[in-house]
Amino acid sequence: MADFDVPELKEYPVIPPVRVGMMAHSKPYVAKPDFQTPLGFPGELVENWEQVAVEKMGELVGKYRGLRVFLDSCVKCGACTDKCHYFLGSSDPKNMPVARQDLFRSVYRRYYTVAGKYFPKLVGARDMTKEVLDDWYSYFHQCSQCRRCSVFCPYGIDTAEISMAAREIMDTVGQGQKYCNEIIGKVFKIGNNLGLPEPALRDTLEGLEEEVKEDTGVDVRFPLDEKGAEVLLVTPSADFFAEPHVDGLIGYAKVLHQAGISWTLSSHASEAANFGMFIGSYDNMRKLALRIRQAALDLGVKRIVFGECGHAWRVAYSFLNTLAGPFDFLDPRYPVPQHICEVTYDLIQRGALTLDKSANDHRVLTYHDSCNVARASRMGDKPGGQFDIPRAIIRAACNHFHDMPADTIGESTFCCGGGGGLLTDDLIELRVKGAMPRMEALKHVVEQHQVTHLAAICAICKSQFSKVLPYYGFTMDQIVSVHQLVSDAIVLGPKD
Amino acid sequence: MSYLSVFYAVLFYLATLVFVAGVGYRIFLYARTPAPLKIPTTPAPTTRRGVALRMLREVTLFSSLFKANKWIWLFGWLFHAALLLVLLRHLRYFQEPVWTWVVWIQPFGIYAAWAMLIGLFGLWARRILVDRVRYISSPSDHLMLGLLVAIGVSGVLMKYVWHTDIVALKAFTLGLMYFDWQPLPADAMLLIHLTLVAALMIVFPFSKLLHAPGVFFSPTRNQVDNPRERRHLAPWAARLQSGDGS
Repeated sequence: MADFDVPELKEYPVIPPVRVGMMAHSKPYVAKPDFQTPLGFPGELVENWEQVAVEKMGELVGKYRGLRVFLDSCVKCGACTDKCHYFLGSSDPKNMPVARQDLFRSVYRRYYTVAGKYFPKLVGARDMTKEVLDDWYSYFHQCSQCRRCSVFCPYGIDTAEISMAAREIMDTVGQGQKYCNEIIGKVFKIGNNLGLPEPALRDTLEGLEEEVKEDTGVDVRFPLDEKGAEVLLVTPSADFFAEPHVDGLIGYAKVLHQAGISWTLSSHASEAANFGMFIGSYDNMRKLALRIRQAALDLGVKRIVFGECGHAWRVAYSFLNTLAGPFDFLDPRYPVPQHICEVTYDLIQRGALTLDKSANDHRVLTYHDSCNVARASRMGDKPGGQFDIPRAIIRAACNHFHDMPADTIGESTFCCGGGGGLLTDDLIELRVKGAMPRMEALKHVVEQHQVTHLAAICAICKSQFSKVLPYYGFTMDQIVSVHQLVSDAIVLGPKD
Repeated sequence: MSYLSVFYAVLFYLATLVFVAGVGYRIFLYARTPAPLKIPTTPAPTTRRGVALRMLREVTLFSSLFKANKWIWLFGWLFHAALLLVLLRHLRYFQEPVWTWVVWIQPFGIYAAWAMLIGLFGLWARRILVDRVRYISSPSDHLMLGLLVAIGVSGVLMKYVWHTDIVALKAFTLGLMYFDWQPLPADAMLLIHLTLVAALMIVFPFSKLLHAPGVFFSPTRNQVDNPRERRHLAPWAARLQSGDGS
């Protein structure tokens, strides 16, 4: 199936010995000028790119405190060296978080620190050369920005911040990554990542209405651009037709229907994911976020709810207010925005939904904490709500649930291997290798507890698992959406 | 007054100046650089009080490091805790009369010198023995450990082998503080010890030792997790906003 070695799943996790250069060949396609210019970046590598890159680096260090502090503070203690799923799966030492940061730090030191200017060899400082740029292009596209390393770093150094800065610098000199930049362009032009125009979207939603009617006999609506609805639902466009995503969308519709909450999707903001974050571009991230504000204003909604998605939820939870706020025109009784899991959980708590757990009896479940939900956002009003709320929903909808080993879930969760703008076929080797630690933990509960399905609440996780599960002897339909479980268990119609 | 005493007096003024101004300047830069986005690593506290507790746990117990790797934690914590005790023990050279609690910790400070060395050798051993840590180590990492070990060893040797005239040394340090210079005992081990300490103070603001002030400015650790409750807007980001009228 693959023209590369698929890592072997071991009984106990093993830290691999370093093998230099194992993943140096892994690079995504470079963005063509057509994908660069709509984002405000040069079409191809500019002539004096070394100088432009170094100047941009200085600008970013002056704009982001995190970046500045992280570049100064690392002591090379080694705490992060065995924490990255890409290192564990590939054994390439440049996938150790500290080594990945050093690709950036070595250049920063050369141009912006006394030690690096006068004693470059001593402190490992390097000039900005083509060789360095190539290393950046390979290895900053082998970071899913999952922040697992930042949990364990004694100074909280977050490699995601450094990889975002590196990607922005590469974009600024004209060396962008095709997958991310093409997608951002599509959102600007058409409204969503998949390039689904409004009529196609409307068709899809009508199809879903018919499908649910056939299955349940109930008229569950999938409204689009309905003015005056209470809730604007913003969800990743994968939810409109990819499997298992669409089953999740059906789940949200059933929940909102059953709770009697009027809602609508927006063709202007028909995408929750904000790929501006992956490329570290504040400007692009902001432009993407402003679509959602505009949609909320145009439709006159009172609440904004996000569908199941990890990175979208990070941008929504942590940045939406910053980028596109203030949201003082919405109902102040609800947080802005809410995650669909928060909405469903509240309804379950209030007894507004009837769930027949036995509908999911053919499944034994485990739950994959998506990295950006786990380590970069929250749900509910208490720290750690992002771990408890989805699990509480699964337990309310299913009889059989078992967690994976404790050091692979919660804040220590392993990324699916496809996040951060790497969910592209040109990086499939990396994606398969990066999934290894998650697959190992999954295998553990499959053997211990006969787990049959892995539930997740991130569109990237769902797509990534559908693709990589088969490499490890699982089947692609073993990944399910959390709201798919709710959808199967929910009893529609008047309550008894 | 010998040239030697003058040289060391000047060296210590210079080292103190570089240390204070250098670290002060970095802190100024950290404080002045905006943090445009909320990026606490979650689960994070939702109140300022919670953040203060989180930081306290980080800097006193090294709680994240404890989660990461028990060996690095053991050696790293041992080294830092011992260094603190040793430094506090040295306060007696700068005080007359000496505070009671400084007198009280003197015997512990001596054990701490050994603990500090054990911690440093443990950390150094990892750099050599663990292939991952060897890969990420640059010459300056070894040099830094070497410097700290040499300071520790020279201090211990003065305590147990080549004693120096403590009373005269104290007169010298107090003289430095009150700008009333006094002669420094010309013992080789003392001079080595003092030279290394001055070197450490001078390299501090230019090296990874900046992790000491840096940890307090790390947004992943010091930010309150409340982005939905309070709008967080950096000055340069606010200017973008007024630009498009939204």
